[in-house]
Amino acid sequence: MLAKEMSARDEVSETGGEGTARPSPPRPKVRLRMINAKVSRGSALFFGGLPFLFVAIAYLAASAQRLAVNPSDKLLPSPVQMWSAFLDLATVPDKRSGDLILWVDTYASLIRLFAGVGVATFAALSLGIAIGFIPRVRAFLLPFVTVVCVIPPLALLPILFIALGLGETAKITLIAVGVAPVMVRDIANRVRELPPELVAKAQTLGGNSWTMVLRLVLPQVMPRLITCVRLALGPAWLFLIAAEAIASTEGLGYRIFLVRRYLSMDVILPYVAWITLLAVITDWLLVRLSRAVSPWAHPVEAR
Amino acid sequence: MSRIVVHGLEKSYGDARVLERVNVTAEAGEFLSLVGASGCGKSTFLRILLGQEQQSSGVVIVGDGPIVPEPTPQRGIVFQRYSVFPHLTAIQNLLLVEDFRSGGPFGRVFGARRRNARQEAEAMLARVGLAHARDLYPASLSGGMLQRLAIAQTLLGRPQILLLDEPFGALDPGIRVEMHDLLTELWTEHGMTVVMVTHDIGEAFKLGTRVLVFDKVRHDPQFPSAYGATITYDLKLDRKTRASSHHLAKVAAMVGTTRPETAMATTAS
Ligand SMILES: Nc1ncnc2c1ncn2[C@@H]1O[C@H](COP(=O)(O)OP(=O)(O)O)[C@@H](O)[C@H]1O
Ligand SMILES: [Mg+2]
Repeated sequence: MLAKEMSARDEVSETGGEGTARPSPPRPKVRLRMINAKVSRGSALFFGGLPFLFVAIAYLAASAQRLAVNPSDKLLPSPVQMWSAFLDLATVPDKRSGDLILWVDTYASLIRLFAGVGVATFAALSLGIAIGFIPRVRAFLLPFVTVVCVIPPLALLPILFIALGLGETAKITLIAVGVAPVMVRDIANRVRELPPELVAKAQTLGGNSWTMVLRLVLPQVMPRLITCVRLALGPAWLFLIAAEAIASTEGLGYRIFLVRRYLSMDVILPYVAWITLLAVITDWLLVRLSRAVSPWAHPVEAR
Repeated sequence: MSRIVVHGLEKSYGDARVLERVNVTAEAGEFLSLVGASGCGKSTFLRILLGQEQQSSGVVIVGDGPIVPEPTPQRGIVFQRYSVFPHLTAIQNLLLVEDFRSGGPFGRVFGARRRNARQEAEAMLARVGLAHARDLYPASLSGGMLQRLAIAQTLLGRPQILLLDEPFGALDPGIRVEMHDLLTELWTEHGMTVVMVTHDIGEAFKLGTRVLVFDKVRHDPQFPSAYGATITYDLKLDRKTRASSHHLAKVAAMVGTTRPETAMATTAS
């Protein structure tokens, strides 16, 4: 007994080094399976940053190499060149129109994006819940929505431009038509997956179809709806840039395709980074929104 | 508060017959315990009484007339799982009852009616011992607390008939005894008719005024699902039969799961 304790203490003093007042509790050294090995916050940050660092270094090296050979090379501009081009667009008024081009582009694109996604979200909520919750509406609309889902939206773009003109309506419609069907189907499925027990219970408490939509279905699908919007924003950006590239006079996608003619990589790359930043911020805001609206769906994780 | 009459009830899913020739009459205020082997159709029977499903043939009368083929406030239900609304806190779950009852365009009551509902909800919450969990979401309640909340919510709906599908099946034995006491008290206070499915024969004997055993009497070895289960044993419980180990052993043998000794201990608890 005593010998055991002694040897245990010996081990501790060996591993803990001399003079340490409180040895850390002995932790069995076992090789865990890959799927069970935890990642600490610090190393998560480090490893998460590595790919970014890798791409940045690769770019800087390639850019420096090309510029060393030919200082007027346009293909891989240096960060300084990109920053000054970006700053020009953001702060120096355009000679012809007097606009600050970056902000005009950003404003125009975001309005189109949010209008399109907003319409799609509203459709997803109203149609999705109706299709998922009410058998008659499901019989009426589900086959149609299912077929619409498989139409490639970009194939509709010429039709929209012909039918609705080259203005904002066609672009917003493209975005809405492009993302809505999938969202409608997803919400309808989510509503159908509601535990039948909950729907039965709501009825035993006197809920009618409308009050159950308000008090049971809507709050239950809210987290899923926000996830849907987050997923839809990817395709929405795609449709936005496609529409702007074809017919527009301002917008982030328009600008990128405009300056492509002059091989202005010093504008294109910062614009792509700017679009990425906008997309990341939107996504982050939606996550926050979900936490605020549906706290029950985001239980506090045990630390 | 309402009687239930079931006559010649049969239920099939496609070719598979689950229930057949089920006849039973429950007087108002009775407490029926339903036992039987797993998968023999007890939950199906309960879902038919609830109105969530319809019988293939036969008559079901609840209260004054034939059963309405959808769930209504006449019949309350507590399931083993999914019994409360996960997006509402404990108190909100109880307040929801009055909101649903009002049926207004906003799905919500306001003003004096809301204040009354709140008082009633708070009182009910305290009655089932959940005052301290008032503002917690179901995800952070224990199994026992969840079922307390579910029973409280169902009772606020003032059902004439209370249906329970293995309500305590997922609880620890100690908690289960507490829940038995609570349920017995509430049943005495409110006097509704209760139909409870349980796999615990001791529980069936302890709580019920009557024990019904569901089992198959006919078998077709070629096609096992050709025949359904029916009520094979119907025992009225009084103080003598309740304490009798003979009846308990008999039912246990029919159901073929619980050991009579453990069941006896539960009944005594
Ligand atoms: N919706 C359904 N469709 C087909 N078969 C079902 C359905 N619901 C239940 N069953 C079948 O009915 C039988 C009885 O089920 P259930 O009533 O849940 O049994 P118990 O509650 O007694 O364990 C089971 O064999 C089950 O497979
Ligand atoms: Mg069952």
